[in-house]
Amino acid sequence: MMNKESNEDILVSNVDDGVLTITLNRPKAYNALRNNALQEIVNELEKVENDNNIKVVIITGGKKVFAAGADIKEMAQLNVVGLLNDIRPVFWRKIAAFPKPIIAVVNGFALGAGCELMMHCDIVIVGDNAQIGQPEINLGIMPGLGGTQRLLRTVGKSMAMQMVLSGEFINAEQAKNFGLVSEVTLPELSYSRALTLAKVIAQKSPIAVRIAKESLLNAYETTLEAGLASERKAFTLLAATEDRAEGIAAFMEKRKPVFQGQ
Amino acid sequence: MSYQHIEFSIDKGVAVLTFNRPDKLNSFNQVMHKEVREVLKKISADSHIRCLLITAKGNGFCAGQDLSERKYDPDAAPINLGDSIEKNYNPLIRLIRSLQLPVICAVNGVAAGAGANIALACDIVLASTKASFIQAFCKIGLVPDSGGTWTLPRAVGMPRAMALALLGDKITAEQAEQWGMIWKTYPPNELYDEAMKMAVNLSEQPTLGLALIKKALQSSTQNTLDQQLDLERDLQTLAGQSRDYQEGVTAFMEKRKPKFLGH
Repeated sequence: MMNKESNEDILVSNVDDGVLTITLNRPKAYNALRNNALQEIVNELEKVENDNNIKVVIITGGKKVFAAGADIKEMAQLNVVGLLNDIRPVFWRKIAAFPKPIIAVVNGFALGAGCELMMHCDIVIVGDNAQIGQPEINLGIMPGLGGTQRLLRTVGKSMAMQMVLSGEFINAEQAKNFGLVSEVTLPELSYSRALTLAKVIAQKSPIAVRIAKESLLNAYETTLEAGLASERKAFTLLAATEDRAEGIAAFMEKRKPVFQGQ
Repeated sequence: MSYQHIEFSIDKGVAVLTFNRPDKLNSFNQVMHKEVREVLKKISADSHIRCLLITAKGNGFCAGQDLSERKYDPDAAPINLGDSIEKNYNPLIRLIRSLQLPVICAVNGVAAGAGANIALACDIVLASTKASFIQAFCKIGLVPDSGGTWTLPRAVGMPRAMALALLGDKITAEQAEQWGMIWKTYPPNELYDEAMKMAVNLSEQPTLGLALIKKALQSSTQNTLDQQLDLERDLQTLAGQSRDYQEGVTAFMEKRKPKFLGH
């Protein structure tokens, strides 16, 4: 059932089966991510963080544009002290720390902060019209929300350097070849593909999904040895859950598991 | 809105773009490029337009680049033709090919160089029996551009494409038709009316469905069979959700003529 709420910059809809969709909805500004948009996204994420009915979040901008960047006017008003005390990094940390899976559905432009938002998400499905880039350099600035870090860890040094230093965009096929996105679809079908995937994930044990996501992201933070050790601990931790017993029992009994999140 | 080197009109669902520099065989200069680009962008943004017909005034269709605009000066540093391609011809070809509606080209006379390849970028090419096609590039030391090296081998096969591009021979419209390079030829005085009849007919067809067919065929040249089967599935999913599909099936069951709206 769709359940629209009143936000200025985003639309929020609850779909059956545990999937929350956040749609960036400021088409006149190509969904530029002004502070209010980030605040609204964070509010929605906080609302569902402990809501057991929501298992997966999808963030999209619709069929034509994901988000074409930050709000330049807002940023231009900040001097060095203003930037030092900027609220924005707080929002972004909250998005990054959201414990449930987030799938980005990207059609059209994902530029600057839009690209960074996309990279904050766990899985990215793009339409074949996607144009992805970090054009901050054109304004005499640089990515400031993870663009240099997440991009390099994902696409490798040469491509990250090329994108960040030249400001040029890459297309959907390139993004897939470089591992920045996992699937390319027709723009009209990207959301439904993500929804299908979200519903598959929503069927899994929420605890296992949460711990697995954490383990994967931990790989960016640590050495392989330490990562393997913490993975093993996480793996062991799941042995204490009822969902694990149910998952294994259902497999042996050749039936579908019913996970309770316990 | 009036233009210097083209004419443009929209009547119901049919847009007609006419190259109008007949004294220069409709060759492209900067102004004409700008005008054509403007018009194509306008078409791609207007969902009421459901077919585009491209044709030209006078005896020729298009002689490609206006060479007088590129005066050769032995003392100056060589000009970078790549820049002009990147700025003018490539966007033009990309725009034509990305239009979500059928594009008919009525080649009324000689189509040379980029002019020939602009015609080949269109979906259905009709030509006057007086028309001809020349890959003139090789005669002045250049390479076929505007997609010619991509469209030609796909249209006529590699052996003929090679010979056409390396020899620069003029071929008649009738030869082009026999080779499958274009769809049909008509006597000069019938060409425009026949093209218009086809355009009007196409403008009343399920335009979204036609756009998806174009997408499927255009993609097929790069895709493997497996990729193409997946794409067909996805495109059919979209087509099956269209209002025109419903109307098509309903009209068939009710044994009446369907009325398609294009979406």
